[in-house]
Amino acid sequence: MRFRLCRARRFGSGAEPSHFALWDITSETLAGLTQRPGRSLLTMLGTVLGVGAFVAVLGLTSTASGQIGHRFTVLAATTVTVTLAEDESNVASSDHLQGFPADADARIERLNGVVSAGVWWPITNNAQPVISAAPGVWAGTSEDAGGSAGLYAASPGLLHSIDPTVRGVLFNAFHDARGEQVCVLGATLAKRLGITQIDTRPAVFVNDVAYTVVGIINDVKQVPDLLTGVTIPSRTAEHVYGPPPGNSPAKMLIRTNLGAAPLIAKQAPIALRPEQPHDFVAIPPPDPHELRDNVEVDLTGLFLVLAGICLIIGMVGIANTTFVAVLERTAEIGLRRALGARARHIAAQFLAESTVLGLIGGLVGTAIAVATVLIVALTKNWTAVLNPATVIPAPLIGAGVGLLAGLYPSVRAARIEPQEALRR
Amino acid sequence: MTAAITLHGITRTFPGPPPIEALRGIDLTVPRGRYLAIMGPSGAGKSTLMNVLGLLDRPTDGVYELDGVDVAGIGEAERSAVRGQRIGFVFQAFHLLPHRSALENVMLAQLYNRSPRSKRAMRSRRVLELVGLTHRLHALPATMSGGERQRVAIARAMVNEPSLLLCDEPTGNLDSATADAVLGVLAEVHTSGQTIVVITHDPQVAARAERTVVIRDGLLHASEHAEAP
Repeated sequence: MRFRLCRARRFGSGAEPSHFALWDITSETLAGLTQRPGRSLLTMLGTVLGVGAFVAVLGLTSTASGQIGHRFTVLAATTVTVTLAEDESNVASSDHLQGFPADADARIERLNGVVSAGVWWPITNNAQPVISAAPGVWAGTSEDAGGSAGLYAASPGLLHSIDPTVRGVLFNAFHDARGEQVCVLGATLAKRLGITQIDTRPAVFVNDVAYTVVGIINDVKQVPDLLTGVTIPSRTAEHVYGPPPGNSPAKMLIRTNLGAAPLIAKQAPIALRPEQPHDFVAIPPPDPHELRDNVEVDLTGLFLVLAGICLIIGMVGIANTTFVAVLERTAEIGLRRALGARARHIAAQFLAESTVLGLIGGLVGTAIAVATVLIVALTKNWTAVLNPATVIPAPLIGAGVGLLAGLYPSVRAARIEPQEALRR
Repeated sequence: MTAAITLHGITRTFPGPPPIEALRGIDLTVPRGRYLAIMGPSGAGKSTLMNVLGLLDRPTDGVYELDGVDVAGIGEAERSAVRGQRIGFVFQAFHLLPHRSALENVMLAQLYNRSPRSKRAMRSRRVLELVGLTHRLHALPATMSGGERQRVAIARAMVNEPSLLLCDEPTGNLDSATADAVLGVLAEVHTSGQTIVVITHDPQVAARAERTVVIRDGLLHASEHAEAP
């Protein structure tokens, strides 16, 4: 005799209570779903989309914001910009308008954690400069490149801070200190002026003053304006054009070691002018964590609403299909009742079918979404970032949707009277 | 030895205006192993009596003893259990699941009554053999003839060794030659000692039974045909 741990109680009539074993529910459910595979697949579609959208949105935003954080760390996190404070004391009276000290580069570069630092400003004193490869060119003629090109003053430290790729050399502290008439050309302007080689010591004429080209910069990490213009040493510029004008004040760019930027931002104004540190405003890079969080909140909020709508559509789809299935299978319900099924067994079967439908939809959706995130990350050379806390329970969301969707149809199925159903 | 079925003053009234008395005091005793036919014109209460006998419906009043135990007033859970274990149904419309093979359709009858899974196929195969369908075990209903389908249904009804085999117009959807064959199967089942109640309006079907009673206006009458002793 078979030994049973839990012997079922018997009714007064001697019959054992009807029973629908878990294993039987499972196989009946799978049989029910595979009867009409096409319909089951279509029904799943809503859940696939909903759960897929949910996982993909979370995965893509975490991947993208991971990238934002990464880029940020590399470039922006090592940059501090210092400008002159724009308060009345500076603007109103030119007596107080003290720009950066002459030894600004040295003052900042002394700080621990600074890689390089320098000031720069556009020179806009007398309308547009006349820039040409030969002397005696009139403004506005075709040989004058001043219309599209700019004239800039920069300290030697700035040229290092923008991390350029250069042909030739950059002007250095010697040129700057002596006010030498040298310049660095942006690649775009050099092409325009027909200057391709620098070993012939070519010159550029700015307002008929000759500047020897020491180098051509092809690319920069920051201050891309310099690529289209002539850059001369800041002392030379002060000598020829005077100090930086009030409408285009000098700015300082500090490149720091990784992680030093916030500290340097605090120290820079004091180092520049200990007696009046409020003349300067140092802008540190934004906090990467804050930046990342902002991005995540903005994007995910919107897309999760869309994912939710998909899930609701999926739920309606499953509810509808299950309801139609109940109507179609009325005779089967009657038969099962005649074969001993209780109303709750009927309900359990339809509920299990809709839940499994939702679960499979959720699994498929999660798989597709994970693949999508991976493909997007691969094509963009990003690192895919997927939070297990969202990926692993995602199929269960599908199951929950299926369960909810099946509630009403299965209650209806349970209420079907067997004698009515069998008359069909 | 108790009778398979004893009915005492069974009534069934459908409420609501106006109330309809479908059964008006049915008294009936079916000894074990008896083959009984219940005949009657449509609207006489055949279906209602069939539902009461099959525990698909509850009588308004009266006593219904199945195997000597009163089942007229039992609750839903117990009625489902008794239905599944003590009564085998054969329907006019066969009611086979279209996507399941003959064997799987028979096994369905063992789904709810705690039969061990491992033994279901073996038992089902045995009853299918009994009704002569050994060669059609894995055929789908759509590929079977009407007679074969009804034999699958008989096998399904028999697989739990019920106290009562309840047939509702078992040949209603069959031509006369096939009907004869199916009635032959029923007769064979009967010879093994099975209690059978057939509800029909067809005198030819009733003629195969040992005894026939006629229901008219909710009351049973002895048949005007000669009765087997």
